[in-house]
Amino acid sequence: MTAVEFMSAPPALLQTIPQGVDYIRILPELVLSAFGIAVMLLDPVVDEKTSQRFLGLIALAGALFGIAATWYMSQSPGLAFSNMIRVDSFSVFFHFLVIAIAAVVILTSYEYMAVQRIRAGEYYALILFGVVGMVLMSSAVELVLIFIALEISSISTYILAGFRRHDASSAESSLKYFLLGSFATAFFLYGVALIFGATGSTNIDDISRTLLAGPVELLIYVAMALMFVGLGFKVAAAPFHIWTPDVYEGAPAPIVGFMSTAPKAAAFAVLLRIVFVINAPGRQWLIWVAAALSMTLGNVGALVQNNVKRLLAYSSIAHAGYLLVAFAATPDLGTSAAMFYTAAYAAMNIGAFAVVSHFANAGERYVTLEDYEGLGRSSPLLAATLTIFLLSLIGIPMTGGFFAKFYVFSAALKANLVWLTLIGVINSAVGAYYYLRIVVVMYMRESRREVPVTPIPFGLGLALVISVVTTLYLGLFPNRILEYTQQSARALVAPVQSGPTRALRTPEKF
Amino acid sequence: MSTDNLSSSILTLVTFAPLASGLLLLLLPRRDRDIRIFALVSSLLTFVLSLHLPVYFHRSLPGFQYEVDKQWITSPNIHYHMGIDGISVWLLVLTTFLTPLCVLISWKSVHERVKEFFIILLILETALIGVFTSLDLFLFYFFWEATLIPMALLIGIFGHERKVYAAVKFFMYTMIASVFMLAAILWLYAQTGSFDFVIIRDQIARGALPNFPAAAQWLFLGFFLAFAVKVPLFPFHTWLPDAHVEAPTAGSVLLAGVLLKMGTYGILRFNLGLFPEQSRRNAPWIMTLALIGIIYGALVALVQPNMKKLIAYSSVSHLGFVVLGIFSFTQAGLNGAMFVMLAHGVSTGALFMLAGILHERRHTYEISEFGGLASPMPVYAASYLFIVLASVGLPLLNGFIGEFLVLTGAFQAKPIYGILAATGVIWSAGYLLWMYQRVFFGKVTHPVNNSLPDISGFEKAAVWPCALAALVMGVAPILWLGAIDPAVQAALTPFAQVASKVVGQ
Repeated sequence: MTAVEFMSAPPALLQTIPQGVDYIRILPELVLSAFGIAVMLLDPVVDEKTSQRFLGLIALAGALFGIAATWYMSQSPGLAFSNMIRVDSFSVFFHFLVIAIAAVVILTSYEYMAVQRIRAGEYYALILFGVVGMVLMSSAVELVLIFIALEISSISTYILAGFRRHDASSAESSLKYFLLGSFATAFFLYGVALIFGATGSTNIDDISRTLLAGPVELLIYVAMALMFVGLGFKVAAAPFHIWTPDVYEGAPAPIVGFMSTAPKAAAFAVLLRIVFVINAPGRQWLIWVAAALSMTLGNVGALVQNNVKRLLAYSSIAHAGYLLVAFAATPDLGTSAAMFYTAAYAAMNIGAFAVVSHFANAGERYVTLEDYEGLGRSSPLLAATLTIFLLSLIGIPMTGGFFAKFYVFSAALKANLVWLTLIGVINSAVGAYYYLRIVVVMYMRESRREVPVTPIPFGLGLALVISVVTTLYLGLFPNRILEYTQQSARALVAPVQSGPTRALRTPEKF
Repeated sequence: MSTDNLSSSILTLVTFAPLASGLLLLLLPRRDRDIRIFALVSSLLTFVLSLHLPVYFHRSLPGFQYEVDKQWITSPNIHYHMGIDGISVWLLVLTTFLTPLCVLISWKSVHERVKEFFIILLILETALIGVFTSLDLFLFYFFWEATLIPMALLIGIFGHERKVYAAVKFFMYTMIASVFMLAAILWLYAQTGSFDFVIIRDQIARGALPNFPAAAQWLFLGFFLAFAVKVPLFPFHTWLPDAHVEAPTAGSVLLAGVLLKMGTYGILRFNLGLFPEQSRRNAPWIMTLALIGIIYGALVALVQPNMKKLIAYSSVSHLGFVVLGIFSFTQAGLNGAMFVMLAHGVSTGALFMLAGILHERRHTYEISEFGGLASPMPVYAASYLFIVLASVGLPLLNGFIGEFLVLTGAFQAKPIYGILAATGVIWSAGYLLWMYQRVFFGKVTHPVNNSLPDISGFEKAAVWPCALAALVMGVAPILWLGAIDPAVQAALTPFAQVASKVVGQ
């Protein structure tokens, strides 16, 4: 389209007809979808014996091209598709994060698939489709589109959770996740409907401007609470966390690594947009309670677990709580702290689950604490990497987990949330106990049971190296990532004050 | 120019030399002998390197020297700010002095996972030095936490029967206490926008923080709790005996010799430095706790049947002197507190080595298992006696100077504290000499003890430097106090102002 045409076209039409740049702004989604479809189409064609490796490679290539596409997309920031999508450094960050998580998960799945005898085609395709939903969540600024993206990501993860078909616990996990999850998304949708009723728009920027301009109705509070229920479920925050341990216990271990990081990161991205851009009224106390509850219930629950997968499930609830603390802080500091936290958490948690999934072996037989006895001697490298991840989950200096907690708590203190910070630091000290239990049994107990340790395959090794390097990098040189998140935080909050004003449609017209 | 370069990089060099050699050790093949030699040589080199600091130290200057201040992370505003004054320089040298001795004493006693042991030991040394050199609160917390893991691993992997319990207890106690310090540090950062100790101290002193007076007491307590657990001040001491009894000898030496001083150093540097007014206000109950610690620790030590537990409780008692001296806010008291820290590090470190030597031969610490050891092990008995006398405070040995100064300071502050604390000196003579008598004098009660070999070459090399240091410190304390005194005087200046303010009202 030339400049002259651009000028002469009627403004209403300009908004509805997608332009070339609009497609660039969803390029990663397109690339990932294309690779997902390719994997599905190739699945019946290729020989079943070689398909696992071959399809895995295609999926990995899809993720890598997705990252490249993200970079290309980041060169042309802006709105797309009638203001439904916004590409800014905020969404680029989450695109990159989620796709990188997917790449690492594909690497860890590589060997797991063979051991578990899982057909690869659907598995990899579902991961890629799920990622499409998640990255779309991070760039969508239209609540209905967010809902659709949420559904895309959720449906993929529901199925992935049940992939250990021969195991009843996996089916239970999938069903439980599905039933409760659809219930929670319904809450979210209901919240969207109510907010539309209150403001006449489902566009986040419009909503925030309406709220800034006029008095806040009661309906908004209800709508906010309902949307929070839906997203709170996705991030496993208390009191919507009950599903987490059962689902994580039954699902395949690499998928748990995926489920506990990527959809959560996406849901947190949405939550950040809703909480800080809409600048939701009444958010403070809502989040305060949810954060305090999540930290406490998660940590207390983890204290008594004997199954490592369940333990990490409770730990992920606690971490959702620490992350929520950032949401109670001021928009700029809170956003950047939360973004940093999601990245650090993704690196350490995915690494921890990668070790757990490798060690669990065929049929996921070895997942209790007793199985980990003497691992420090029988498999020093695996034990050492797991230790790094656990130390990072505790929040020991020199690891990403430390700075993540540090930024969150200092943001909270800047906002004068002294009590919430105190609850947080006490919780993180309590949390040290159960992570250390794993370290203790690995290094300080002799193994009483014969647990086979298979050598680390290349894919898993690579995934572990990536996770370890990221965890340590974030712990030693957090500067660059932090600067980026701060810049994104400013970009996220800025349009509210100085964005293009669009005539607001009043509810009566609909 | 070259000396300038050296004086700005020497601290970094000394701090990270052990870490670097630990990482090099990682690459070495698993030949235990080579690993031991490498660890010894590298830790000796670090010691020699660290001697540069006191030798070229400007003793009359009260401020920080060998300073390095570089931006590490721009936001939050974290600096790599290191520097030492007359207080920290000696604690640093104490650390580098004890580490090679730890390597020597572990030469024979550690024979499994040797490589891991020395790597952990060297990493621990870096973390300990870092605690004493950091002037950025964030950096300080970083090193403070970093000491936890290697120490917990030393106890948990290389310790005795109930090692796991002791390691976890040690870790949890210090971890939980130090998160309160973290909260306080974060609060200070939120108010000042800086983690720099010097900047924060000046801002507080100038009254530039409007919210400070309301929060000051909580901040003081946040820091104090973290330090009090580490010292350990009564009633936070219960982790210490467990940790000591279960720890391997080298772990005990560093634990008693250096780790506990992190607590008293923290009180001296941060509680007194940042919150002079609150320190004054809280002094009465803290001094009372210190007194209880002195007497309670001594009484419990008196009835211990286990030699290592006895020494552990004696640490509780001795560290009580340090806290008492600090909160007397007198020149003598603070000088004494510093000197007791150093003296305790040397002589209690040596006592733990000597206990370890016995354990090596009989695999027990029970005092009743021994008796009459003076005849099969005469050299060992003589070395032990020397250290015991140093520890009970015999004049001309190191223990005397510090305790004398602390008692002087306590008398100046409030005579009753001095009187009560002085009984601690008597008790310490009681439990140590009584233990010595039961172990070494009389007839050999257990026949196995007849054939115990005397102290070996490596063991001599580990213990005798401590004895020599104890003697030199006792004869020429001015070598140490010369640098300590100006620093202490500087630390006390805000108190003179606080005192005059109180009088002025």
